[in-house]
Amino acid sequence: MLLNNYASEQFFDEMVTGESSVRNHYQRFVDRFGMVDMEEFEAKRRAVDLAFLRQGITFNVYGDSQGTERIFPFDLIPRIIPAHEWEHLERGLEQRITALNLFLHDVYHEQRIMKDGVVPPFYVLSAKHFRREFVNFQVPKDIYVHICGTDLIRDKDGTYMVLEDNCRSPSGVSYVLENRRAMKRSFPGIFESVGVRPVDSYSTDLLKTMQYLAPAGVTDPTVVLLTPGAYNSAYFEHTYLARQMGIEIVEGRDLVVKEAHVYMRTTRGLEPVHVIYRRVDDDFLDPTVFRKDSVLGVPGLINAYREGNVSLANSIGTGVADDKVVYYFLPRIIKYYLDQEPILPNVPTYLASEDADKKYILEHLSELVVKAANESGGYGMLMGPMASKEEVEKFRPLIEADPRNYIAQPMISLSRHPTWCEEAGFEGRHVDLRPFILYGERTTIVPGGLTRVALTKGSLVVNSSQGGGSKDTWVLYD
Amino acid sequence: MLSRVANSLYWMSRYIERADNVARILDVNLQLLLDYRRLDDEHLARHWTPIVQSTGDEEDFFEMYEEANGRTVTEYFVFQRKNPNSIISSIAQARENARMVRDQITIEMWEEINRIHLLVRSERAHDIWDSSPAEFFHEIRASSCDLQGLIDSTIPRNEGWYFLQAGKYIERADKTTRILDLRHESLPEKGVPILVNQTDALEWSAVLRSCSAWDAYRHIHGVDVGPRRVSQLLLLSPEFPRSVRFCVGELDSVLRALSGVPPGRFSNDAEKRSGRLLSELQFSEIGDIFERGLHGYLDDLQLRLNDVGEALFSIYIYHPFHEGFSDQQQQQQQQTV
Repeated sequence: MLLNNYASEQFFDEMVTGESSVRNHYQRFVDRFGMVDMEEFEAKRRAVDLAFLRQGITFNVYGDSQGTERIFPFDLIPRIIPAHEWEHLERGLEQRITALNLFLHDVYHEQRIMKDGVVPPFYVLSAKHFRREFVNFQVPKDIYVHICGTDLIRDKDGTYMVLEDNCRSPSGVSYVLENRRAMKRSFPGIFESVGVRPVDSYSTDLLKTMQYLAPAGVTDPTVVLLTPGAYNSAYFEHTYLARQMGIEIVEGRDLVVKEAHVYMRTTRGLEPVHVIYRRVDDDFLDPTVFRKDSVLGVPGLINAYREGNVSLANSIGTGVADDKVVYYFLPRIIKYYLDQEPILPNVPTYLASEDADKKYILEHLSELVVKAANESGGYGMLMGPMASKEEVEKFRPLIEADPRNYIAQPMISLSRHPTWCEEAGFEGRHVDLRPFILYGERTTIVPGGLTRVALTKGSLVVNSSQGGGSKDTWVLYD
Repeated sequence: MLSRVANSLYWMSRYIERADNVARILDVNLQLLLDYRRLDDEHLARHWTPIVQSTGDEEDFFEMYEEANGRTVTEYFVFQRKNPNSIISSIAQARENARMVRDQITIEMWEEINRIHLLVRSERAHDIWDSSPAEFFHEIRASSCDLQGLIDSTIPRNEGWYFLQAGKYIERADKTTRILDLRHESLPEKGVPILVNQTDALEWSAVLRSCSAWDAYRHIHGVDVGPRRVSQLLLLSPEFPRSVRFCVGELDSVLRALSGVPPGRFSNDAEKRSGRLLSELQFSEIGDIFERGLHGYLDDLQLRLNDVGEALFSIYIYHPFHEGFSDQQQQQQQQTV
């Protein structure tokens, strides 16, 4: 049923080879799944959707006046990663987060990498999220990025590449955990026979990562999760993680700072807070330091942070590393600090602020993917080969006017994966992978991560705001 | 517990109770009309208007509808999103508050609140309504029972629990006074009516049913239904779980559990007010209340319940917010240096 009439076409397919035979690491799944008939599959599919809706595993759609909540569409066919491939990814991701943390320490202290001419100072200092105020500030345990979500894609040969790093507050991990729960309920038998590594240690690992950050002298730290509030698109994830970790979820208005210590307002008065897993952007954290109009933040929080009385994860100013221009330099950054070749390559990238690159970009606009350096969620992006002439021409003056803010990449035809499509049965759809890396006393990466899938035929955009869905990701024991 | 969380738990609980009460009032009154053969518009209006008045929404209602009849009143109290006290709004508010404290309540509770919320907003809700309002109300009440049961069987008996109970009992006591007040126009301003005709008896039975008190009443007072005994049961019964006295008794113990202060003493305004109200209810006779005038008495009760609620809020929820922000000033000064 699954692979009847299934064609991988000219793309790299996760499940089948060019000759349409099933890849080894999918064989056990395909054998077992073959016993599920269409009717049963339909019933399970509906049950899962209904369960997600009932549990409120939804995201809020911005700009929708009805306040509509949607479920993040979930595809029941899992993406499977063999053990040796995962080991390779793990090594690559660990290398990357290590280098990112060394880089962030450096740009906020000695700035050796700039002085040595490896990364031009202009790019770092003009990065939108570079926080001048934190130069020479010692962050707790010298860790900048504690939680990182790195987006990986595979090209037409199946080579894994890094598309971007998310070093501010990456979301999606709750779907990793919930997708797994849904799959276990739907296909317990298949699960057992395939041998899949569990993911449920994530919350414990995350809590340990937070506790490790406790200010000096605090042995039993109170950790809280700071959310922008119930109307944020990731609110479900915030409550989910807080609940899993057994910590309080707080909004800015629940916190108060007195004599540079942070407290939460409780029915018994004020209680001290030591570590804040914040899911609020830098800009909104403290209206007395950053955006004055922020009502999500806590006046005085930054002062308490500076005094070392409260720790924040992630630290402030990590967004420098998310800048797509800085991304361009990551292979050199890895080489510079670790004296290693990058295990996971970048996607070839052109910088519009370099004259030769700009010329190339402007001449090949309709063949390239152009991205704004500091946007995410699939916004501020031009997919040249798929765009109309007008759309392409709209980007030309934008790039000319602000070259620092644009990069371009060749269009990578992401790998595809068999996916259930309402109209056509099982068809190939493009996927990416976002593993979640925790960097504390040690580095832990929950096996797999979030596989996002572009549900629209031919689309390469996997973001939930733009018609993306997700799959469970199975990393095999052997 | 975070003050904001206590606030959300309190309101979630109130709104669950509110939806349940509104469903019961409407259900009973729709059924009651089946017992009357011919009713002209004027009689219908006389039947439905007090229901609108009982929630204090009269002005708002008549801005939206020309007259109070079965169709307009039920629409207003069931599906009207502009009415903050309608079933659909109450459930939405309960769910909104539940969402704020998603980490504090159990998955079972959350799923049920979410389920009923999605149901009342769906096409299917209107289908159920069109084919049988009674079935629709049954669905709402069953969900409310489910939630009460889940609160009872899955929530640990800690602070959060007390705020859930406080919300429930304040809302329940308040709604009981409002249901009892529905027939106040048939009563003399002061004193008890001697004669009760058959229509009146039916109306007072509806009052009992709206409080799920019909069976309890028959056990205690038999089949003759009149305003004096109905009021006795709904206001002063120490045993019936929806009577005002019972609810205030529970509320008072919740407040004492929160502060740890034994009965007969008080450490804050909330306990003082609830303790006083409770003793008055314990040491009142229904005759005294009718002498004074039932309607006025009920109005006063509603105000006093509000006062307890307000005191509760100022002690546990608002109090930390009054503290100063000396740090903020200090830090602003540092910024300019």
